[in-house]
Amino acid sequence: MSATTGTDATTGVFTPAPGAAPLPRMIRAQAALETRMLLRNGEQLLLTVVIPTVLLVLFSAVPIVDVGGGKRVDFLAPGLLALAVMSTAFTGQAIATGFERRYGVLKRLAASPLPRWALMTAKTCSVLVTEVLQIALLAVIALAMGWSPHGDPAWVVVLLVLGTAAFSGLGLLMAGTLKAEATLAAANLVFLLLLVGGGVIVPLSRFPHAAREVLDLLPVSALSDGLRGVLQHGAGMPWGDLGVLAVWAVLGLGAAARWFRWE
Amino acid sequence: MQSTPAVEVVGLVKRYGGKTAVDGLDLTVPRGTVTAVLGPNGAGKTTTVETCEGYRRPDGGSVRVLGLDPVTEGGALRPRIGVMLQNGGVYPGARAEEMLRHTAKLHRDPLDPAMLVERLGLGTCGRTPYRRLSGGQQQRLALAMAVVGRPELVFLDEPTAGLDPQARRATWDLVSELRADGVTAVLTTHFMDEAEHLADHVVIVDGGRAIASGTPTELCRGGAEGTLRFTGRPGLDLMSLLNALPADSAALEPTPGSYRIEGKVDPQLLATVTSWCAQHGVMPDRIAVERRTLEDVFLELTGKELRG
Repeated sequence: MSATTGTDATTGVFTPAPGAAPLPRMIRAQAALETRMLLRNGEQLLLTVVIPTVLLVLFSAVPIVDVGGGKRVDFLAPGLLALAVMSTAFTGQAIATGFERRYGVLKRLAASPLPRWALMTAKTCSVLVTEVLQIALLAVIALAMGWSPHGDPAWVVVLLVLGTAAFSGLGLLMAGTLKAEATLAAANLVFLLLLVGGGVIVPLSRFPHAAREVLDLLPVSALSDGLRGVLQHGAGMPWGDLGVLAVWAVLGLGAAARWFRWE
Repeated sequence: MQSTPAVEVVGLVKRYGGKTAVDGLDLTVPRGTVTAVLGPNGAGKTTTVETCEGYRRPDGGSVRVLGLDPVTEGGALRPRIGVMLQNGGVYPGARAEEMLRHTAKLHRDPLDPAMLVERLGLGTCGRTPYRRLSGGQQQRLALAMAVVGRPELVFLDEPTAGLDPQARRATWDLVSELRADGVTAVLTTHFMDEAEHLADHVVIVDGGRAIASGTPTELCRGGAEGTLRFTGRPGLDLMSLLNALPADSAALEPTPGSYRIEGKVDPQLLATVTSWCAQHGVMPDRIAVERRTLEDVFLELTGKELRG
């Protein structure tokens, strides 16, 4: 029957030669693609680059918020690093993954040779690459505005990594359980609320005591407070903040692993 | 060529909530062939194919694909198959060629993406993001992604839905070439002509079951071999006509003046009918020989049209 549709002569072009690429190559390719998708998306860039940068410059230059003693940039830079981590690991990842789920990207990848764990590894790599770019940009701007960071860089890295884990878990939980549009709305709302109430630019000491008790337990509060302790005050490891982030990371990643739906 | 079939589905049952989507379906796909799973929307075609791809766990029956269990041995199976989903599967912001190149990188020995871009006319997509490509461009990209890894077996779910005739022809040519090169293909379709043109083997599915299967020729041969139609004046003596015809024939006048002869339609039958007409002074107007099509077979089996 197929004689009517063209040639039946073998050309050998499609002769089967199946097989998965080596894992490192697959993960590298996937991470590179995910990063490109993120950097190409205007709304994502607004969230991850423009908003933190504008807030850093604006609030450092103009005394809009009373940040206590010392240079404003010394208070603000750690908070905006925390915001940068949240914007990429939580908000950006939740929205992107939600739409990947909606567009069947995750479903199609599930039929490819790329294992699920390798996809998640690639997503994490992409988040970390983006964060490195964000942090470099914010650090350069902050330094230009007179930022003088203190403390042990190793503690800063530990806090950033644990914060990334906590926010990724929550972002993936949202993306894997809600509809894409609901994730878009909710992730932006949470971003806004945590920006205001998470000690990013407004010190939590400005809030009533009772509210503060709760706000202190938010992941972004723990991350900004921990980073501030090290970078602004040269403190040692902020174990309390680290503990809060660890609990969020375990809960978020655990719940995402349990309830994430791929289609 | 290995002796185990490429796909072997026996008594597959799949329910969603209280609704039974697939209800004891059997499907065997020999290696190196093109099999079309033909049926109306909601017949269970996609569920069956997606169970073979490892997306769904059967509620009953067994599924083996390339000798493997798609759920428990998916890791070994996935690199060997190519999958074209009914829609989507691409990052909304990705460009066609970018996504195809990426898919190629997940495979050990992929085809040249540029060749597929050329073959499937994706070159005009340029830098347009996936979400703004036309439905036909999205379909062709999905097809390219299914074959770029040089699979042994491809599953194509409605590969030509929404394509213009030219793109449809390009897809048909590609499937024929895959088959010629030894790739096994399973495609779902609700286009009769697609199944007739492409498939070595057609499985007609309705209500979650395979209700008939065979080569297109076999399926069309079942029951009457063919039909001869003509028009003439109303009320001809059908008994007299029938006496002139071979024993297993039937003569009908479904609407006044319109006649249908069913049976082994061959030159002898045609000659018998025309000479009978000549003897009775009837001018057989608009005389036509018709073969049964898959459409007729489907209509007879299910009592419904495949697609309005």
